[in-house]
Amino acid sequence: MANTDKNSYTVLFAIGMVLIVGTILAFLASSLKEKIAENKRIEKQQNILYAMGVNDNDESSVTFVSKDIVGEEFSKYITKQIIITGTEITEDNNAYLIDLKKEAALAKDANYQRRLPLFIGKKDGKDFYIVPMRGKGLWDAVWGYIALDNKLIVQGVYFDHAGETPGLGSNIKERFFMDDFAGEHIMDGDSFKGITAAKGNADPKNNNKTDFEVDAIAGATITGDGLSAMLKKDLKMYLPYLKTIKQ
Amino acid sequence: MGLLSKKDAKLISDPLADNNPITIQVLGICSALAITAELKASIVMSIAVLFVLGAGNVVISLMRNIIPSKIRIIVQLIVVATLVIIVDLVLKAFAYELSKTLSVFVGLIITNCIIMGRFEAFALANGPWKSFLDGIGNSLGYALILIIVGFFRELLGSGSLLGYKVLGDPIEKTGVYAFGYENNGFMLLAPMALITVGIIIWVQRSRNEALIEDN
Repeated sequence: MANTDKNSYTVLFAIGMVLIVGTILAFLASSLKEKIAENKRIEKQQNILYAMGVNDNDESSVTFVSKDIVGEEFSKYITKQIIITGTEITEDNNAYLIDLKKEAALAKDANYQRRLPLFIGKKDGKDFYIVPMRGKGLWDAVWGYIALDNKLIVQGVYFDHAGETPGLGSNIKERFFMDDFAGEHIMDGDSFKGITAAKGNADPKNNNKTDFEVDAIAGATITGDGLSAMLKKDLKMYLPYLKTIKQ
Repeated sequence: MGLLSKKDAKLISDPLADNNPITIQVLGICSALAITAELKASIVMSIAVLFVLGAGNVVISLMRNIIPSKIRIIVQLIVVATLVIIVDLVLKAFAYELSKTLSVFVGLIITNCIIMGRFEAFALANGPWKSFLDGIGNSLGYALILIIVGFFRELLGSGSLLGYKVLGDPIEKTGVYAFGYENNGFMLLAPMALITVGIIIWVQRSRNEALIEDN
């Protein structure tokens, strides 16, 4: 057996290992790239439809419309996709593919006019305005979609996260939390209030829909705070447009 | 067990009791605290560790004669990270839903000290078959504690098991809640996981005094 303590052996081994592992991972990543991107695109469509109530939910599960029909359902229910840039509004059927993370990074440059995607859906004769959003949880990103009607009352939401603590913060994508948002108001007359995940057990059954609060998750304070901040910050950006649709 | 020799069988049975990775070796505590608020998360994490530790132990064992000792920790880390990333990528492409469930565990698996601990203490010195059994044994021992802790934390903290409200509805005041019982929200926080693990260690050592160290 070769002397594995020699410096030259150590260096050669390290280089060899990096090359082998690097090649395997790079090969795998690039050969699966398209499939993964496709899965992500389908997921986005499913999430947007979920927020406006197009899903296969039963009593307590979170079930999206099936992968096979999501494309059809998406073009059936989402009647219009727009991009809001300042005061300008353009229609774009791929608006849902806009990467909110990239837009937020570009918007740090004061000269950049941030593009805000918004999806307009129609179900049973009713209009839905679906706002995508993205913020920070405890460990990583949180994001979601919130569907409003033309009185700016929440009709449904979908939240997701990259790495919140399992069993605590990760519960933001569970029904018991998301369902509480339906019916909540975000405006107090003409002033914008947003929705806060509030501790204190003031309204655990969530009967009061005009308190701008939903019951927070025990043990997930920072995830809840991040979520509330995201709702406030991102909805605010859409406010000029939302005020034009408000009846 | 007819399938395994006595020695091999001990590799699996020991970590379940007198050489448990969590309560005796005190490894993998961070993940045991972080994810045991719900029984379901405990089970998913256990399965993930079972896979990574079983496979990782075999890979390290096969490489044990060529790994330079000076950089062995880094090599071990690369092996775990590579295995986890491969699994993550393949799941993302072919079982996207499952990968969404597992994604939050990926970081916790790579940094799980049971994995590094078993590579270092066992796989570097033993053959692949033995290492495989050792990996399976230790992850089962880990799973056992995780599931016990998850069971009590979810039952006492949320009044449910695997999401089913076994004690009744705390808001509608049905089941035991009708008699004034309240969930203990403290059980959902990390300190109670530590105390629960502590109680298991206490019970285990008082039943078997050979486990108590002199100092």
